[in-house]
Amino acid sequence: MTLTVAQGSATGQGTPVAARANQVWKVYGSGEAQVVALREVSVELQRGAFTAIMGPSGSGKSTLMHCLAGLDSVTRGDVHIGQTKVTGMKDKALTKLRRDQVGFIFQQFNLLPTLTAEENITLPLSIAGRKPDKAWFDTVIDTVGLRDRLKHRPTQLSGGQQQRVACARALVARPEVIFADEPTGNLDSKSGAEVLSFLRNSVREFGQTIVMVTHDPVAASYADRVIFLADGSIVSELYEPTADTVLDTMKRLDTGA
Amino acid sequence: MLRATLKSVLSRKLRLVLSGLAVVLGVMFVSGAFVLTDTLGRSFDGLFATAFQNTDVTVSVKSTGPAQGFDDDQKLTATVKPETLEKVRGIDGVAKATGIVSADGARVIGSNGKVITSFGPPRLGENWTGENDLVKLREGRAPQSGTEVVMNAGLAKSAGVKVGDQVGVLTTQPKKTFTLVGITEYSGGRDSLGGSMVVSFHESVAAELMLGTPNVYSSVDVKAAAGKTPEQVRDSVRAALGDSFEVKTGAELQKAQTAGAKEALGFFNKILLGFAGVALFVGTFLILNTFSIIVAQRTRELALMRAIGASRKQMIGSVLVEAVLIGLFASAVGLGLGIGVGSLLAWVFGNVGSASLELAGIGVPPAAIISAFSVGMIITLVAALLPAMRASRIPPVAALQEAATPDRPLTKVTVVGSLVTAGGATLLLLGLNDKLGDSSLYGFFGGVLLAFIGIALLTPMLARPIVGVIGRLMAWSVPGKLGRLNSARNPRRTAITAAALMVGIALITGVNTVFTSAEASIQKIADKEVNADLIISGDPSDERPATFDPAVIDKTKAISGVTGFSADYFDVAHALGEDRSVTIMTDVPAYAKMFKLTAKEGEIRALGPDEVLYDEERAKEKGLHVGATIEVQLARGQPRQMKLVGIYAKSSTTGGLILPTTLIGELQVAQPSWGYVDVADGVSVDGVRKQVDALLADSPEVTVANRNDFVQQQTSAFDTVLLMVQILLALAVLIAVLGIINTLALSVLERTRELGLLRAIGLGRFQSMRMITVEAIVISVFGALLGVVVGSGLGAAIVRALKDDGFSTFAMPWTAMGTYLALGAGIGVIAAILPALRAARVNVLQAISYE
Ligand SMILES: Nc1ncnc2c1ncn2[C@@H]1O[C@H](COP(=O)(O)OP(=O)(O)OP(=O)(O)O)[C@@H](O)[C@H]1O
Ligand SMILES: [Mg+2]
Repeated sequence: MTLTVAQGSATGQGTPVAARANQVWKVYGSGEAQVVALREVSVELQRGAFTAIMGPSGSGKSTLMHCLAGLDSVTRGDVHIGQTKVTGMKDKALTKLRRDQVGFIFQQFNLLPTLTAEENITLPLSIAGRKPDKAWFDTVIDTVGLRDRLKHRPTQLSGGQQQRVACARALVARPEVIFADEPTGNLDSKSGAEVLSFLRNSVREFGQTIVMVTHDPVAASYADRVIFLADGSIVSELYEPTADTVLDTMKRLDTGA
Repeated sequence: MLRATLKSVLSRKLRLVLSGLAVVLGVMFVSGAFVLTDTLGRSFDGLFATAFQNTDVTVSVKSTGPAQGFDDDQKLTATVKPETLEKVRGIDGVAKATGIVSADGARVIGSNGKVITSFGPPRLGENWTGENDLVKLREGRAPQSGTEVVMNAGLAKSAGVKVGDQVGVLTTQPKKTFTLVGITEYSGGRDSLGGSMVVSFHESVAAELMLGTPNVYSSVDVKAAAGKTPEQVRDSVRAALGDSFEVKTGAELQKAQTAGAKEALGFFNKILLGFAGVALFVGTFLILNTFSIIVAQRTRELALMRAIGASRKQMIGSVLVEAVLIGLFASAVGLGLGIGVGSLLAWVFGNVGSASLELAGIGVPPAAIISAFSVGMIITLVAALLPAMRASRIPPVAALQEAATPDRPLTKVTVVGSLVTAGGATLLLLGLNDKLGDSSLYGFFGGVLLAFIGIALLTPMLARPIVGVIGRLMAWSVPGKLGRLNSARNPRRTAITAAALMVGIALITGVNTVFTSAEASIQKIADKEVNADLIISGDPSDERPATFDPAVIDKTKAISGVTGFSADYFDVAHALGEDRSVTIMTDVPAYAKMFKLTAKEGEIRALGPDEVLYDEERAKEKGLHVGATIEVQLARGQPRQMKLVGIYAKSSTTGGLILPTTLIGELQVAQPSWGYVDVADGVSVDGVRKQVDALLADSPEVTVANRNDFVQQQTSAFDTVLLMVQILLALAVLIAVLGIINTLALSVLERTRELGLLRAIGLGRFQSMRMITVEAIVISVFGALLGVVVGSGLGAAIVRALKDDGFSTFAMPWTAMGTYLALGAGIGVIAAILPALRAARVNVLQAISYE
């Protein structure tokens, strides 16, 4: 029933792991209203890889991501980020973990309207009381192509630009993992493509680890690996996906289920 | 529509509770004041009804001479001669006539050596005329000689004395010691009637001690013969005695006394209502802000309603109905609390200290109910009207747009604000400078109100730069910076919240500035014009001037090292066609030396009999020059012609007629009130002070102090008044705090997503609390800063206007202003607690996944 994807896969072996879920259960509510959002999910996310999570609505993609990121607690099992065991951490430690080791890109409302793009980008570092590495900052800014927009406020930026700012913010702190929940869900295909290629580049060029939840087979094709969820369980995975292979898998799962 | 409104009211309980609370507090104050004064008023009715229950008719002499008193209550009673008493006894219908001696000013020295003070009720000295239905001996016996007294139980308790004790009493004569032989009570076993203090002397000395002349009476108490009504007896006595007598029935006296007491209560009520008004005014800001925020947050919802066909009228209606519901509910709760507070205060009044006013049942006068509801409703509706109109102007398309409303430009408010401020300031200045005739006082208050509104309208414009500066002082950390940015985010909201705090702080600062300037002015006079090394004086807040034993004068002069001494006797005399205050100085040259009194015309010298001095200003006004004749009549004397021998230059320490020492005997109270000691150079002032102090052992109403201590004593009353004002205005500040809490709570709610995002990217719980706290502090310090600035402006205007009334110096209460600013910061911290906790509890997951 359970598919432990990482084990036995050719590319996975020997690669250091950036985040890992081990037999994770997530149950909401109790009694009749009980919903099992994740059932005994185990997954390892290789460092320096771009992983996409796909699945039908309600399959537990967001839940899995939240559990991996330490935003939500698991009902059973445990989660590690790098060498750190996340499960059981107190709020203070979790906050520090998020601040230092995790980056987030949400579907929308990623930015504080009171801060400029630049201030938004360096916000996690400022909160942690760290100075951004100038060279790295410049690299990131140039990669996202926002240099002439740094002094602008979010309301003065387009949706695509805002998402790029969010990406830059996640990258600048050089976290262990970046989690992105449908980062292109609100964007048109052109802006979406920009953001996605930017994410892929940061994996290729800077060795960043990224986990992305998406519904879009095209978006998933930018990833190195796609994990398919259904009903709270991992049901399939693909390496080096293309939009077509993703679509095929989805169809297959759809009819198979 | 109504159903939708009701639902939305219930779904926003917290903010409604907070804004309703402002109305509740204001209404509580208003109705509490009415309940208090009503209850006290009816208690006085009962009190005077008891006091005059045994009086059929009273005869006293109409005063013809000078008003003879420091104010109405202390008029020296014109006396009734024994012949009159005899005559009354012979009138048909009079069953019994008793000569009564009763006058205020019998000051008992308690077992602690201090004079027993009363706060309001008189300290009567009377002749003992035996027990009656009202007064009974509870213990001991009646006084049988001039050295024995009885007193009422309330007074005996306050003084801590019992039957058999030796008790010192100050009367028109210096301290005399008596044996306390009896203690009286009033019908029903009461210790006192309304807190009044009564010492009863033996017939043989009462008149001399209390009225200054032996063998006279202040009034005659007449009992009607059987079958005669008091009115009939009054008429026949009046007919027999003629016009120079005042003949009144007990009922008439009761009515007059009650009216007097109620007038005082009415004044008291007005003061309380004034403070309630301030609180309500501040509350208006809070409600206005709440409704504005609610409307802003509901923009989409309201636009949707418009889109599906609700009319503009219905939109206004929906907001106003919400306001009416809050207003009604808050008024009712406020009224309930007000009845509680009013009753509690009435109880305190009746029972604290020596006062023992038998309280009539607590009543709720119609005025309390009417004012509670009308004030509560009007305030809420007025405050909700603007937001309601704004709601009606939301276009239906707003439902489809991004919720972010662009900042409306501030030009219009700023222009209107400037105009209103200017209008208010003009009105205020006109009122202050008495340019508006009888309505000057109203002009002044109206001006202050308008100015506050105008400044409140200007605050959004001021908010950006000032909040930026204040925020920068605090923004040394990321949470601080975020808090600062948040506070500048919605200048209108920040401004209204801060303006509410401004009102309270401005009033406190204004009053403080006035008092500080008064203190500085007194200090300046003391520094510049007072050369006396030691000053004998009483408590300046006492109603009647303190006096001391004249024997002290010569004894002080005899102390080695004393080079000059003068004592002042004060009274009111009839002179130049009016009642005027007069002074007798025991040593004019010594006084002139110590107070730099110089002659403008004639000479300043020791006065011979029938010689007077006058001040420059008044002499000029009357066109008087040296050599002129002035007619002066003192309390106990006949009119006499006096010669003006000197006109002295304007002085801050004395004024009016200065009379010769030969007239001391004609004064109402032949005892000095002030003394000034000049000590030789090189002699220890403190050594002399100790010796004078010893001489004053039997004059407990006064103390001797060096110049600095004297200034302190004179200004100590200011501190008390200031404290009271601060306590009363604290309510306005409290409401402003509610406003800050409200604004922050709403902001936290609005920014839940942002808080979630911040927490997701690593902002700690404590840091998010800090962010909210900084926002609160920035708002409250902004408000306090505005208040301090506006308040000192207000104070400066008042001090300037009163320049000719002794406010020679303008001084700012710097320390207090600093304290108010610090208080502002403290208020911010306190107001932030709840919203910050709420922010800290924001669930990251829920926050980021909520749309
Ligand atoms: N707080 C919650 N309480 C109860 N049930 C929840 C909660 N959050 C999620 N669920 C349930 O858990 C299951 C998984 O939800 P999840 O949000 O992870 O789905 P998803 O795959 O991200 O779907 P979508 O593609 O629509 O975003 C769903 O059945 C959902 O109803
Ligand atoms: Mg999801």
